[in-house]
Amino acid sequence: MKAAYSRVSMTQPPTVTEQTIQERLIPFPRAHFLAASDLNPYVVPQLLDLGDAFVDFNRQSSKALDVLHGRTVVNLFFENSTRTSSSFEIAAKRLGADVVTMPVASSSVKKGETLIDTAVTLNAMKPDILVVRHSASGAAELLSQKVGCAVVNAGDGRHEHPTQALLDLLSMRRALGDVTSLTIAICGDITHSRVARSNVALLQMMGARVRLIGPPTLVPGDADRWGCEVFHDMREGLAGCDVVMMLRLQLERMAGALVPSTREYFRFWGLDREKLAWANEGAKVMHPGPMNRGVEIDSDVADDLDVSLIQDQVEMGVAARMAVLASLSARWGDAA
Amino acid sequence: MSDTITVFSDARLLDPATGRDGPATLIVQHGKIIEVAFERQFHTELGTDFEIIDCDGHCLAPGLIDIRVKTGEPGAEPKETLKSASLAAAAGGVTTIVVQPDTDPAVDDPAMIDFIQRRGAALNLVNVRAAGAATKALGGERMAEIGLMDEAGALYFTDGDKVIVNSRTLQRVMSYAAAFNALIACRPSDPWLTEGAVAASGELATRLGLSGSPAIAERIGLERDLALVEQTGARFLVDQISTEGALETLARARAKGLEVAVSVSINHLCFNEVDIGDYRTFYRLDPPLRSEADRQALIEAVRDGLIDVITSAHAPAPAEDKRRPFSEAAPGAVGLETLLPAALTLHHEDGLDLLDVLRPLTHGPAALLGLDAGVLAEGAPADLILFDPGAPVIVDADALHSKSKNSPFDGRRLQGKVVGTWVAGRKVH
Repeated sequence: MKAAYSRVSMTQPPTVTEQTIQERLIPFPRAHFLAASDLNPYVVPQLLDLGDAFVDFNRQSSKALDVLHGRTVVNLFFENSTRTSSSFEIAAKRLGADVVTMPVASSSVKKGETLIDTAVTLNAMKPDILVVRHSASGAAELLSQKVGCAVVNAGDGRHEHPTQALLDLLSMRRALGDVTSLTIAICGDITHSRVARSNVALLQMMGARVRLIGPPTLVPGDADRWGCEVFHDMREGLAGCDVVMMLRLQLERMAGALVPSTREYFRFWGLDREKLAWANEGAKVMHPGPMNRGVEIDSDVADDLDVSLIQDQVEMGVAARMAVLASLSARWGDAA
Repeated sequence: MSDTITVFSDARLLDPATGRDGPATLIVQHGKIIEVAFERQFHTELGTDFEIIDCDGHCLAPGLIDIRVKTGEPGAEPKETLKSASLAAAAGGVTTIVVQPDTDPAVDDPAMIDFIQRRGAALNLVNVRAAGAATKALGGERMAEIGLMDEAGALYFTDGDKVIVNSRTLQRVMSYAAAFNALIACRPSDPWLTEGAVAASGELATRLGLSGSPAIAERIGLERDLALVEQTGARFLVDQISTEGALETLARARAKGLEVAVSVSINHLCFNEVDIGDYRTFYRLDPPLRSEADRQALIEAVRDGLIDVITSAHAPAPAEDKRRPFSEAAPGAVGLETLLPAALTLHHEDGLDLLDVLRPLTHGPAALLGLDAGVLAEGAPADLILFDPGAPVIVDADALHSKSKNSPFDGRRLQGKVVGTWVAGRKVH
């Protein structure tokens, strides 16, 4: 199924309405969404169902809802990120929220303000949801203890990026159906990846088998205790996999510190046709983006819509984040 | 290739891989051994196209494998070229040399490995293989392309005489190399304790006024390296052990189950610190020559089978680099051509069995590097050495094939003469 490319005609009447959404709306299990462990195996399928509704909704020409009407969502990005911050911004706006995106990376932090100072200042402005990205692991958790609103972790250091895991799961379920029987290989820089940690936690929660593949310098030595099988050889690791999830390699880690060179990395761990053929037939390729083409993934594979879910992931990103924001608000009842 | 069958008859066959030692006939065709017959009879049909080499009761053994050979190619060809080193190797009964990466430029990428192998093969003498650098330009900081070099044919990875000081770099190199099951070799040494040292610490160095390298520097370096091996699970070679203390450290680690290989240079088995005597720079080596107790401990280790590899530590240095005050002279000695008679002193003087002397020169390195050599078995390449273990020789440095003549054995009386050397069944000496 190539969901993303069989678009609904712009002239068709809307099929997903405010009412459809309200019917599927479920309260988020926790006050904050800081890590994949804030979810549970019962709520995840419901969140994905809600996500599916938002996917259909987003494909309609009219994309305005009132779920978050009157609410304020603040995007607090201490690290530069165009795609994640715009994904959250679009998600919140489509739900009817007032959105303020603060690129803190280039403002008050440079003036010496601490994370807590910034949080307290913002808290005084009474937002309803804070979406936070920070380079330090645990930053979102710390913020959640200091503010009176819901906090959504949009990536904290190398710890977690839980909405990414949710959108990845949504993409997988739409492409392959039931995820519990799948074997998923996460490949590349596991050590420094919050995407990997969130995905491992969520996929295992849902009963999928997760493998980690990468050079020993990029896979934590104790990763086998996460309940994953660890491989350093792509051929061995990819055999029997249904999904190959490639991770972005930070280029500063390439020049000899952890990996000798980009060409060596691509030779042994970069995903191309030859390596993909070692996985199961019909295996899907994913990447959280932005990609280093020719380093961790060959364009030939990344751009092949028959195998690549990479563009779907971006679309699912907005839908999954809408599901998270909407269900967080569903906890609040009608006290607004 | 011709179909000629070569019969080595009336040989005393020594095969350290199987421990066999006795009169035998060995038959070679198409560059490979096709039959080893310890009985009088052999089964191969000779037909009409054959030659017989009468070994006259001399010892026939696998060709020697020397895993630590420096040349000056590329970058310092007046010192030694792959050709002069190959000629020296053939004359010394060494059928495989593994050249070191510390050339100019360093052998730190797959193209350089390819270059060495091609140049070596074109000479049509001995097998020329290469070790790759563990870090880029041997700088000790950034990891070299271990995976690509491994694919290109590099046999192991080392920064040669340079210690990788940064423990984090070494940890990453070891852990990364483990993905390819690649062998890492390191000289055990603490760089600060040995800074500026030119001789072994001790009474003699003090009297001569030379900066000393303490034995504990080797032990400290080794302790660190072994701890990293334990953590990363790397395949590891302790390169050029030279002290009794380090041997004890190694024995402790092995007793705990750590699998590491160790090499020793022929020089440290034959000489001690006293040989530097009145500042003879041909005995300036790195690591420096140690005490007699250290030398004896190394010999005992060979006897007990604890040493996997004996190397020539072939390090050519031209006269202009050696004719200097001791502390300013270049370290190192040529050794390819004298390797066999020097090693045979362990047999003649220290009473080691011939097979125990030959094992770390043949089967030991072959097993360590995964080479299909170092054994006299059907199907193995016919890399052979025929030698007379008792023949007296007086080493004449000027007659050596190496371009550099810095042999500490010059003028020494040794026993053991190479009668013939064959590489893939072809006589090269």
